[in-house]
Amino acid sequence: MRRSVGDLDRRGRAWYVDKAVAGLVFIGGISAIVFIIGIFVFITREGWTFVFGTLDFGEFFTSIEWRPTSENDPTYGALALIAGTASVTGLAMLVAVPFSLGAAIFIAEFATGRTREALKVLVELLAAIPSVVWGFIGLAIMNPLIIDLFDVPIGLGVLNSGIILGLMAAPIMTTIAEDALKAVPDGYREAAEAMGATKWQVIRQVVLPAGKNGLMAAVLLGVGRGFGETMAVLMASGHSINLPTSPFDSVRALTATIAAELGDAPRGMEHYQALFTLGIFLFIVTFCINLAADIAVRGVRKG
Amino acid sequence: MVTPDPTAAPSATSDVKLSVRNLTISYGEEAILRDVSLDVREHEIFGIIGPAGSGKTSFLRSLNRMDEVSDTMSVEGSVLFSGRDIHEVRNVYNLRQRIGVVFPLPVGLPLTIYENVALSPRLRGIRDKSTLDETVERCLTRAALWDEVKDRLDALGSLLSGGQQQRLTIARALSQDPELLLLDEFSIAVDPVTTMRIEDVLRDLKQEVTIIMVTNLVQQARRLADRTAFFLNGKLVEVGETEELFTGSVQDQRTRDYVEGRFG
Repeated sequence: MRRSVGDLDRRGRAWYVDKAVAGLVFIGGISAIVFIIGIFVFITREGWTFVFGTLDFGEFFTSIEWRPTSENDPTYGALALIAGTASVTGLAMLVAVPFSLGAAIFIAEFATGRTREALKVLVELLAAIPSVVWGFIGLAIMNPLIIDLFDVPIGLGVLNSGIILGLMAAPIMTTIAEDALKAVPDGYREAAEAMGATKWQVIRQVVLPAGKNGLMAAVLLGVGRGFGETMAVLMASGHSINLPTSPFDSVRALTATIAAELGDAPRGMEHYQALFTLGIFLFIVTFCINLAADIAVRGVRKG
Repeated sequence: MVTPDPTAAPSATSDVKLSVRNLTISYGEEAILRDVSLDVREHEIFGIIGPAGSGKTSFLRSLNRMDEVSDTMSVEGSVLFSGRDIHEVRNVYNLRQRIGVVFPLPVGLPLTIYENVALSPRLRGIRDKSTLDETVERCLTRAALWDEVKDRLDALGSLLSGGQQQRLTIARALSQDPELLLLDEFSIAVDPVTTMRIEDVLRDLKQEVTIIMVTNLVQQARRLADRTAFFLNGKLVEVGETEELFTGSVQDQRTRDYVEGRFG
């Protein structure tokens, strides 16, 4: 049967469904971007008059005097808070990187069958433990342990919160690092193995170099997680303003400061705006870290 | 360094490089190759032909114990390499170093051209730069690739064309200084001109190494192989002088049907 030329203009159900789905997906995709921009606009609006008016950038980055509630002379030095967050995150990475890399290499390269599946489920389960539970472990278990082991008066500080944060970040880093290793084609492994490379030589010479961008992304996302973590750090760090000189020093993190003080800061006042300034700073830092991780992952696809 | 094993290669078997007896290969419960026995002579090109699924690739994998990498593949029977049972050697990595493998699709490791060829010597612990340079040049030259890549040894191997990558993997296999070279349908991703170049390379290499070549192209087996084995449905149908299989008398009519393209 010959079809008439008029058929070329007729739009059936499939045509409309296709257009409708394209529209819905577009809205979904664009909304993620809108929300991110919205959040940024919101925290900037709350803080920007303060940032460009009252705030002394020199003081913010170099002074450790964070006294926003002082009656006659409030100061906003965030150096100790930045140092607190940085030292805790740094120690956390020292803990998390070897653990998560080791776990990822074991799961991706050595474990087989049911062991592998069981480990993957277990790691994902670990990643789902709420941060307040980790904070509780810091307070109730790590604190007395550190006091006993090192004979120090208080066990809440950089060491405690760094270890807790490291254990917290390790599962998600393991998952991402394992994905990166699994993305390395099996042909590479077989080719190297057929040449007489030992298992470790295959990993060291072929798999790790091939997956290095993904592994980098895993570490950077761990760092981002460390910077943004609030509750566990608030509970395990001791929460006192200090430039840490030893792992046992108590510190205060940027995030914990916001969480602890925002409820008491009257809306629209300087203290409130100063806390939002910390928020803007955190947002920019984590955004940069995530951007770096994203660029690292893109490197994987190109390379 | 690979040192010759004093117990290897007694003189009685010196012209047999590889001796396979009653080899059965299974995946799980299912045997895909049954009871294969054959000898491969020193310095010959030994062709293996047969339709897809006849167990050719699995046969190659069993020769350097790559079956151990797989969870499901299991091997029974004996394989003597230079007189030594490969399942009894205590360092499987040294065994694999003496057997070069070229896969059907070129697997350029994510390394530079230079590093691809230098990897095997490095794995054996060779660090000396001039030795490595010499090995890289020698192997790339023998694989007929040197002239095309000598100015860009630091480029990624994966940026080469398909035919060049396949010659790179041959150069990489040669960098192992293998005694036995296993080629699994090396021309599948290579244009006819490059295929002819590689075939010339293989004819030259025969002086130094023993070559086992799996191919789907029966004419390729005819051009290259001194002797050829015909695998069908997991069985070795027959082994013979290649010309015999094509023009002389065959033991089994199915062999003649296959080489003349009447099935498979």
